[in-house]
Amino acid sequence: MEDISLVTVVFMLPLVGFVLMLIFARNDDAYRWGALVTSLVTFGVSLLLVRHFDTSIAGLQMVQKADWITADGFTIRYYVGIDGISVWLVLLTTFIMPLAILISFRAIQERVPLYYMFMLIMEWAMLGVFVAQDLFLFYVFWEITLVPMYFLIGIWGAEQRIYAAVKFFLYTMAGSLLMLLAILWLGNQAGTFSVPDILAMLKSGELSFSTGTERLLFLAFAIAFAIKVPMWPLHSWLPDAHVQAPTAGSVILAGVLLKMGTYGFVRFNLPLFPEATKTFAPYFAALAVIGIIYGAWVSYGQKDMKKLVAYSSISHLGFVMLGIFSLNPAGIQGGILQMVNHGISTGGLFMIVGVLYERRHTKLMKAFGGIWKAMPLYSGVALVIVLSSMGLPGLNGFVGEFTILLGSAGSHAISWWFTAFAAVGVILAAVYMLYMFNTVFMGALDKEENKNLPDLRWHEIYALIPVLVMVFVIGVQASYFFNLMDGSVAQLVEHVNGVMSAAMR
Amino acid sequence: MSELTFSTDTLASVIAILPEILMVILAVAVLTLDMVWGKHQRAAVGYLAGGGLLAIAAIVWLFGGLQQAEALPDQLLLGGMVRHDALAHIFRVMVIAAGGFASLMAMDVPKVRARGDFHALLIVSVIGGSLVSAAADLIMVFLALETLSITLYVLAGYLRDDDKSTEAGLKYFLFGAFASAFSLYGLSLLYGLTGQTNIYKLGQILSSGTLNDPPIVLAMLLVALGFAFKISAVPFHFWTPDVYEGAPTPVTSLLSTASKAASVALFLRFMLAVFPPRELLGAVTGATRDYSVLWVELAAVMAALSMTLGNILALVQTNIKRLLAYSTIAHAGYILMGIAAISTNKSGDGAAAVTFYLFMYVLSNALAFAVVILFANATGSEEIRDMAGMSRRSPWLALAMTLALLSLAGIPPAAGFVGKFLIFRATVDASLEWLAIIGVLNVIVALYYYLVVVKVMYMEMPSSEEPVTVSVPYRWVLALTSAGVLLFGTVLVTPLLNWAMDAAHALYVVLL
Repeated sequence: MEDISLVTVVFMLPLVGFVLMLIFARNDDAYRWGALVTSLVTFGVSLLLVRHFDTSIAGLQMVQKADWITADGFTIRYYVGIDGISVWLVLLTTFIMPLAILISFRAIQERVPLYYMFMLIMEWAMLGVFVAQDLFLFYVFWEITLVPMYFLIGIWGAEQRIYAAVKFFLYTMAGSLLMLLAILWLGNQAGTFSVPDILAMLKSGELSFSTGTERLLFLAFAIAFAIKVPMWPLHSWLPDAHVQAPTAGSVILAGVLLKMGTYGFVRFNLPLFPEATKTFAPYFAALAVIGIIYGAWVSYGQKDMKKLVAYSSISHLGFVMLGIFSLNPAGIQGGILQMVNHGISTGGLFMIVGVLYERRHTKLMKAFGGIWKAMPLYSGVALVIVLSSMGLPGLNGFVGEFTILLGSAGSHAISWWFTAFAAVGVILAAVYMLYMFNTVFMGALDKEENKNLPDLRWHEIYALIPVLVMVFVIGVQASYFFNLMDGSVAQLVEHVNGVMSAAMR
Repeated sequence: MSELTFSTDTLASVIAILPEILMVILAVAVLTLDMVWGKHQRAAVGYLAGGGLLAIAAIVWLFGGLQQAEALPDQLLLGGMVRHDALAHIFRVMVIAAGGFASLMAMDVPKVRARGDFHALLIVSVIGGSLVSAAADLIMVFLALETLSITLYVLAGYLRDDDKSTEAGLKYFLFGAFASAFSLYGLSLLYGLTGQTNIYKLGQILSSGTLNDPPIVLAMLLVALGFAFKISAVPFHFWTPDVYEGAPTPVTSLLSTASKAASVALFLRFMLAVFPPRELLGAVTGATRDYSVLWVELAAVMAALSMTLGNILALVQTNIKRLLAYSTIAHAGYILMGIAAISTNKSGDGAAAVTFYLFMYVLSNALAFAVVILFANATGSEEIRDMAGMSRRSPWLALAMTLALLSLAGIPPAAGFVGKFLIFRATVDASLEWLAIIGVLNVIVALYYYLVVVKVMYMEMPSSEEPVTVSVPYRWVLALTSAGVLLFGTVLVTPLLNWAMDAAHALYVVLL
């Protein structure tokens, strides 16, 4: 038995907290604080990941392997590790979770123990998705994430919660089952499910697919991920799930869950099926651009703030997909950073909406107006987050989107037209975001029931401050974030292009 | 590929049927104590029967370990009537444990709980199921199958004052008798054609190619019909919902677990022995005929039909027992999918997957039915809508039910996920991609109706806040089955899978 890796520690901490709470917690407050402390400790320990991260290693580090299921013909391993790509998603998860838990302190008064149990299971499963290096292990956690989210939406959601919860579960499950078949096929061919081993076999030529097979496998994975992202036209579960979910549910959904899809593309589709990736890149980039414009367009038409933010996610994740399918370092790095940015900004936006909803029990924009006068502190925070989401220079969103556009403009895989259309999306983002801000926060405070709204409470302030800090930190110190991913992304791009040029020869 | 021999060793013979001997003693003890004990003590016969069966299951489990140490080699014993191998072991453990769970469950069902004859019949039924898993001779096949079935007919109709139960018993009996008659006719054809009753010898003669095809094919179809009836595969499934609904719930649980597991064991053993793939015998006996293609295709078609029909009809059910009945039909489909994957891959993955799948299925279904009985006792209804808000009344029970349903739906970390994974893996490996895709689509459909039950339990308001009482025998059933479902889905996958692999390898033998 080798030493326990730091990755395992971070990944298992929520489960440990879960078990401890199961044994010791006796009242609602114990569950609240237990979950908060657990997620904070997890975040603290996950910071050590960055500290110990060795930027000179492009591949996996802090790896841990152990046999899980062994049988004739195949082995399934507990195989975890991180590289420059997953480290930021792990951190995003551990960063978002304490905030999501904190923001629920007042909002969730029903069946409190169950709620926080699900939160910790959720965190555990999401971390599992980001650290797993064995396809089977990955798939297991990919599926487990559905269960707590189903309950979070279904039990603590709004009026249409059950419809939304069931739709969410079935829609995403339907996509992933095709991926399961592809995983099985791949595993049977390779005799192993561990991704690094399969990659090594592909590189050495020990394992190869015909063009047609590779494309089918690519699509089987891609559909599962595209539903999760969600890419247009597979997005219809998202507005329902977001609108019906409790605030923390939306924060997690937008903040982390959607990134499982984009992460899946980077982690599996690109390296495993490089040739198919190149073939399909223009199509996926086209869908991404359609998503950018469609998401923005539909956002602008919304009356419900939460729906507006939900559709804006489709637009923002379109940028991420465009970056990824640029297939060059700038595009992919921008994409990864934008995953983090979107998690922070949109997570923040959902919290902002949640604060108002908790006070007024409506999310319709026309019910508000002039909120700045009633809740100045809150409105100031909201302004920063709105600006960050629409990509104001100096704040986090700008760096991500700019890098993505830079990448896609210089890409050999896709035409520069995509960049031109995507740039329109940036302008549209400003339109719908400012429209919302204008309607809700500006103007006259003319509605009687809005006049005495209490400003931010302490737990809300504590939940929002970290978001603000990160908005500025990433905005001005993005190079630090890029540094960590440099090696891994360069290796990935080289791998994809290497196979491409080998195929062209 | 291993070789198989006849043996007349007395000790080995006794050990081979030790579980059955112990169960006969147990049944006699139950009947005797039922007479001796007074009215108040009599309720404890359930403990005796259930505890006894679980203890016997544990003994068989341990002997399974001994056999691997080659203390007891794989042989045909008692004149070739039974075979003592890993397949028999693992399926006996399933069948006997399922019987034990059913007996314990019966302790909280009115009109059944303190009846010694009920428990004794149940044990006899389990004896039949246990012998079915080991049978290697046409006579034994039929005798064991009938011991299992006839007792189940009686058990299904045990509540004589209850119209539904009487109807269930009679219906099951009528259909069952038909199916038995068909398969008996098939068996007699096989005997008449070859003059042999040992299934391994039959296989050698049939594959030598000296006989005419039509009667052999007919015999195969007739026997397969009987088996398909027992595992409630489409198109021989129509008795399932009514019988499941009407029978006392512990009997339903037994029907869906023990009876099904034993029949699948028989299906595997019988078909691979009597109609073996050519590669199995070719090297040794110079076989020329290969009838396996036929039953494999039959299994594939029935798999597709059972999955699809079972799942689609389950969607509209409002009674939880009927829902689980249609879900069993669908599960028969998944199991047949694994069986269809057998012949094309010789590594035994298909058979191992089926064995693993059934093991988890037995545990999950027993767990689900135990919770159903508790809910039904508390609300006086078996309708799904009356399970509303169970998570508020009894959070642990609702959690147990959720675990069972997630396992049946194939969601990790429950054991059902690993089972489905193995079945799909074998199917893809056998190049039956079309069947795997049908299977995957069905998993989505199934997920919907399992989720409906979870939704009702968690997201709707209960009519009363009173917790559901869980008596001691139920605590045991719930604890054992949920622990099994969780552990065999996570840390104990490898040991169970290796055991299932041993069982699968035992199927691929040549008789010398």
